[in-house]
Amino acid sequence: MATAGHAAGADAPSHEVPPRRAALAGLRVCDFTGQLAGAGATRFLAAMGAQVIRVEDPVRRGGWDILRGAPPFVDERRGIELGGAFNNHNVEKLGVTVNLRTEAGRRLARRLLAVSDVLTENFAAGVMDRLGLSYDEVRAVRPDIVYVANSGFGATGPYAPFKTWGPIVQACCGLTFESGLRDLPTAGWGFSYMDHHGASFMAIAVLAALVHRNRTGEGQYVDMSCTDAGATLTGPELLDFTVNGRPLRRPGMPDSNHSTSPAMAPHNIYPAAGDDAWVAIACRDDADWERLAGAVGEGWARQPRFATLAGRMGAEDDLDRAVAGWTAGRDRFAVAGLLQQAGVPAAAVTRPEDRIEHDPATAAWGLWPVVEHPEMGRVRVDGIPVHLSATDWRIERAAPLLGQHNREVFCGILGLDEGELAALRAEGVV
Amino acid sequence: MPAAPGGGPLAGIRVVELASEHAAFAGKLLAGLGADVVVVEPPGGHASRAFGPFADDRPGPERSLWWWHYNAGKRGVVLDLEAEGELLRRLVAGADVVLEGEPPGRLAALGLDHDVLRAGEEGLIWVSVTPFGRDGPRSGEVATDLTVLAGGGPVWSCGYDDHSLPPVRGGGNQGYHTASLWAVMATLTAVVNRDLGGSGQHLDVSMHAAANVTTEAATYEWLVAGRTVQRQTGRHAAVTPSMNVNVVAADGRGITSGVPPRTAEQFRRVLGWLDELGLRDQVDDEVFLEMGTQIEGVLPLWEVGVDPELTAIFAAGRQALTVIATHLPAEEFFVQAQRLGLACGAILAPEEVIGNEHFVARGFPVPLPQSEVGRDVVHPGAPFRMSATPWRLSRPAPRLGEHDAEVLGPLWAPARRPG
Repeated sequence: MATAGHAAGADAPSHEVPPRRAALAGLRVCDFTGQLAGAGATRFLAAMGAQVIRVEDPVRRGGWDILRGAPPFVDERRGIELGGAFNNHNVEKLGVTVNLRTEAGRRLARRLLAVSDVLTENFAAGVMDRLGLSYDEVRAVRPDIVYVANSGFGATGPYAPFKTWGPIVQACCGLTFESGLRDLPTAGWGFSYMDHHGASFMAIAVLAALVHRNRTGEGQYVDMSCTDAGATLTGPELLDFTVNGRPLRRPGMPDSNHSTSPAMAPHNIYPAAGDDAWVAIACRDDADWERLAGAVGEGWARQPRFATLAGRMGAEDDLDRAVAGWTAGRDRFAVAGLLQQAGVPAAAVTRPEDRIEHDPATAAWGLWPVVEHPEMGRVRVDGIPVHLSATDWRIERAAPLLGQHNREVFCGILGLDEGELAALRAEGVV
Repeated sequence: MPAAPGGGPLAGIRVVELASEHAAFAGKLLAGLGADVVVVEPPGGHASRAFGPFADDRPGPERSLWWWHYNAGKRGVVLDLEAEGELLRRLVAGADVVLEGEPPGRLAALGLDHDVLRAGEEGLIWVSVTPFGRDGPRSGEVATDLTVLAGGGPVWSCGYDDHSLPPVRGGGNQGYHTASLWAVMATLTAVVNRDLGGSGQHLDVSMHAAANVTTEAATYEWLVAGRTVQRQTGRHAAVTPSMNVNVVAADGRGITSGVPPRTAEQFRRVLGWLDELGLRDQVDDEVFLEMGTQIEGVLPLWEVGVDPELTAIFAAGRQALTVIATHLPAEEFFVQAQRLGLACGAILAPEEVIGNEHFVARGFPVPLPQSEVGRDVVHPGAPFRMSATPWRLSRPAPRLGEHDAEVLGPLWAPARRPG
């Protein structure tokens, strides 16, 4: 079983879980998203209790979403029902297949949309129009539809046709450039940070539009560009240019392990004992430094030139060397623990195993719920980093198999009979 | 309290935000969506008014670009939680949402926590954003953006191939942004639930948990396969090392070769581009490019590093793009590659983004009048474009106590403010 809730871990008996009221119960999302940048948005809505119906292509066996058959895998088996990332991003959703190349398929999709509150999609710009599912066509069958389209560069502008994935978005919105060590080329992000937050912003767009619809009865179309969204995540450093004319592309930048905004020193990632072992330390002010110096108890930390922020910022290289000299032979968790005990922000740079298997905070949060997948077996997935006191999230169901819920949706929701469903199957529509 | 100007989707929603570093972005998003957000500062102003950079490099509480950025769209009042708890109660009594990032225990010690202030306020949604959540085994730990990202997972995946160099914190307060985005997602969920008949509630956001579930493959490689990804310069941390993707273009700026050619047609286009620039003789593995033109369907990414032939073909495509990129300015390479259907990118600095033709065409740069410098200041604009209820930055960040009279004035009357 899997559960949400502060006290309930993955193996807690189910009778301890209070009856759940789902926050978004009664809302239906007709979901044409894929990958993480889209599927992550509807994953959140599903965990909050919305009925998310993921529409996939029977001809290409769900191949719209390259993650369906992509690693990681639980064992040596391969196939479209075994992709670990796909399972992670599509928990709690229903899955149907509709061949949108056929007129019968489009009719079926429109019937489903007529009884849906939300349409979500993250195809390249223009694809939904070609599939006969443009906003105007959908609005004709569901006037108050909340239609959220998410693409790399949005539906308008000279780059609208361009293709992206996370690293392209991050490069073109300024985030990649902001990340690196002084005097080295940019390091950027070692994962698709903007796929996560493309999904976050998309979920926000859906929910904000629903708030408006619930109050006024008016639906709308949302054009989301992941690069626009990403560019909102660069702030004071952007204003330094628009106000002061100071570009971030200048010698010594980026330098993102240090901090000038706000000014903090020491503020860095320091070596610790062991292979590729590191610890992050940040002194927010002189009081933090005083506490650090007390915890360290060595002469270097009592040098007068380090007593003030201005002094520490002015001698940052010396300061970094001194701190690194102290941390280098010590265990990263021991350093972080000692400094935290003194009230100084510090954290070991955690590997996945550390924070997933050995962190009491993630365990107590219930952050790694278990889903039972028909092909993959019991698999842990990402949880939700918010607990809602009255209507908490739930992640129990694995990602849908291809077309797993065709009968439930087409017969149960749309009222088709078995004969009609069989006919659609025979015609290759579902 | 007058209703917020503009007609965003959250028009009429009242938010009281206790000023903080880490949840300020959440308040800004709610304001951009049309909520009336009142940010509450302590006497003397919130600490982030002392964060640089400053307008014209002259420090001062009304000149912090941090404050300007994170608080644009909000109104602001000064209220001493220690001495004016009653005033906060009255302010909260008219609100839909309280957003706060106070250290766990502080509000309870003041008798101002959500359990007290939500009593009698059935519909109030109270959002707490803290490093490790309101309770639990690590809730007493202190954090900054750096330590959140280091302890929560993202830092492990970022940095350079050379592991004698430390891993890297992605820049720009992304640990705070990540928590703020989850906070807004949950807040709007609670608003929808309340509008559909639910009650108000308490939302407990953990910055640490938020970072933990914002690491893409690092987490699920471990959860699913028990494998540990390793960081690589400018590309995805991975279990199996991949080829370099970042290239310094002819103008000294960076590009990312992104997804190199994977279909026969794309290989033909890249060969044509090489010929057009007279660069075919500079690629080492022309034979594999030619083999690429024979691919059926799409080259599967997960065979790269596994199947030797597909790996060589994929690598040859990437190398061809590298050769081309070193002969063109970065933005020209990016635009031309994209016009050929190749998902490549230019590594733009924030100042290059705000002036870029695409962002300008979409109306992304937003000028706001800023009296301190006597001119308009350009801010980053809408994260998405809503057809009926557009996102909007309605005003520059509030000066210290700017809205005391209009917001707190009506609340003072029954209990005179001390002093």
